[in-house]
Amino acid sequence: MNIPSEHLVDMYETMVKIRRYEERIREIYFEDKLPAFDIAAGLIPGEMHLSAGQEPVAVGVRPHLKAGDAITATHRPHHIAIAQGVDLKKMTAEIFGRKTGLGKGKGGHMHLFSVEPNFGCSGIIAEGMPVAVGAGLAFKRRGTDNVALSFFGDGAANQGAFHESLNLAAIWDLPVVFICEDNAYAISVPKTASTAIADNSDRASAYGIPGVLVTNNDPVAVYEVAGEAIARARSGGGPSLIEVKTDRLWGHFEGDADAYRSDEFKEAMAGRDAVVTFGQKLVAEGVLTDSEIEVIRERMYGEVEDAISFAISSPYPEPEDALVDVFA
Amino acid sequence: MTITTDRKLTTQKAIAEAIALEMEADDMVLVMGEDIGVYGGIFGATEGLLARFGPERVMDTPISETGFIGAAVGAAVNGLRPIAELMFVDFFGVCMDQIYNNMAKIHYFSGGNVKVPMVLMTAVGGGYSDAGQHSQTLWGTFAHLPGMKVVIPSNPYDAKGLMTSAIRDDNPVLYMFHKGVLGLGWMTSNPRATGAVPSESYEVPIGEAAIAREGDDLTVVTVGLSVHRALDAAEMLEDKGVSAEVLDLRSLVPLDRDKIAESVAKTHRLLVVDEDYQSFGMTGEVIATVVERAFDSLDAPPMRVATPDTPIPYSRPLEQFALPSAERIVEAAQQLIST
Repeated sequence: MNIPSEHLVDMYETMVKIRRYEERIREIYFEDKLPAFDIAAGLIPGEMHLSAGQEPVAVGVRPHLKAGDAITATHRPHHIAIAQGVDLKKMTAEIFGRKTGLGKGKGGHMHLFSVEPNFGCSGIIAEGMPVAVGAGLAFKRRGTDNVALSFFGDGAANQGAFHESLNLAAIWDLPVVFICEDNAYAISVPKTASTAIADNSDRASAYGIPGVLVTNNDPVAVYEVAGEAIARARSGGGPSLIEVKTDRLWGHFEGDADAYRSDEFKEAMAGRDAVVTFGQKLVAEGVLTDSEIEVIRERMYGEVEDAISFAISSPYPEPEDALVDVFA
Repeated sequence: MTITTDRKLTTQKAIAEAIALEMEADDMVLVMGEDIGVYGGIFGATEGLLARFGPERVMDTPISETGFIGAAVGAAVNGLRPIAELMFVDFFGVCMDQIYNNMAKIHYFSGGNVKVPMVLMTAVGGGYSDAGQHSQTLWGTFAHLPGMKVVIPSNPYDAKGLMTSAIRDDNPVLYMFHKGVLGLGWMTSNPRATGAVPSESYEVPIGEAAIAREGDDLTVVTVGLSVHRALDAAEMLEDKGVSAEVLDLRSLVPLDRDKIAESVAKTHRLLVVDEDYQSFGMTGEVIATVVERAFDSLDAPPMRVATPDTPIPYSRPLEQFALPSAERIVEAAQQLIST
């Protein structure tokens, strides 16, 4: 592979950071919620959708992004936000409901918004897809070479918004890259039971745009496919659709018993854990040494702890702040 | 109102003129929607814009309301000031997520960091036998949901000034024009649908109600086409010796609660007229406002004339029975005065 080694290292570092972040959020999430699970209790209340296993989809696009590029993500947004470089402290403070958070505690983990980098996400399936189309429209109208990336799950591909968005981006020839994170399940319903075709990337042909499938959860493969699509969009070549077969290692949300997926399925995912295999590959290819991996791990773990410490030491909003920011 | 011209326009042309002036002044303003290009909008709100500004800024869309309203949200977040037209408000069922969960909430979720400066304009109202999926007003539904302003002009002057304000507003604004106040050639038109409109650009502030007619004996609070029904009723009441004040709310969000309470403090009687469904809507909110703020000034229990809680029927006698009318307003006003 002829990928600059700094890109490979950067992708690996980001994968390590994302995984550590999700592990730590998971640990803290369950503090004070057990033994009888209480979703409203603890430092992080509410639903929590973690992205462990889906890191390759996020980090594969990262080296291709430039300032001003827009990303819309889903209810499972942490890996994408981290890969785009959203301020980790403010993001964590938002997840912890603090005044210093991205949204001053008004959004929470499914509603993270950042101006620079240009990031937004939503708790409604496929809701961000038309928004990415609009971002692409704005970039085209304003004459910038920015692109909009819309991340969504395989479940979203059966929403009307998916089809409306692809059609609009195609007829208006907009710089939008649609990236489907296919983790094979929409909560408990397998894709085989919900989707008439095996690969959503095939749906691109219905809109006359390129559709590419990444069959393994490999950051390098995502890097190559996304690089081509982003470059095409940036140079005025219009939208593309990418589907990546990825792995959601944990349940749909924390507290999900995850009984709908077989032990064999889960063991197979664990056996091909992308963070582990990518690190091994970089060592085998001489890009990184074991000791460098250790240094990276320490540094990334440190960044995660700093963000969590910032969140925990930040104040909660004043209760009456609930009434502020409804209107500009 | 500060009208300094004798030039007369229909409401429909006044809306299109406001958009044209803002498009001229700001390259970031564009319009999108179904049949808003060559056709000029089914109700003419974008008449002439395509020829003047071209298809890059006057964009006919596919019948994909979720797609293009969501795209307007994304465009607004990223530096444009889009105006999207939802052809009939009744169609909100296919795209409401983008309106109330996205357009109206992003600013709040972002803690005020992200702005969504867009206008969603839409035609509302019945009275011409278009039946129950093309005749509703539904402003109460939107006004109930936080995060979007809800503007409803009743005349050409306000229509232009409110549209100018809506485009310049950094918030999402739902701009609802009643078909009966547009002055369309193909629909029985209210005589007040044509009026004096200055040719230059001006703003009518969003959130300020207007006294459409001064009076002493009762206050009729209303909005949209019902302002004209109320004005017609006020003329009929005058002949019967009753002096009705008519308050045109002009927007439901923000609601000018001060002016409502002030007027009732003067007249001591309140009649609320609404073409929207009666229950859980504007009439109840206005009455609650008066009960909270001006209860002691009431000489009689407030009354309301609204569309009953039934879908809008098709057949002429059924529809005319269901919608508010000057006659129903006169009847209610006389009853209110006699209590």
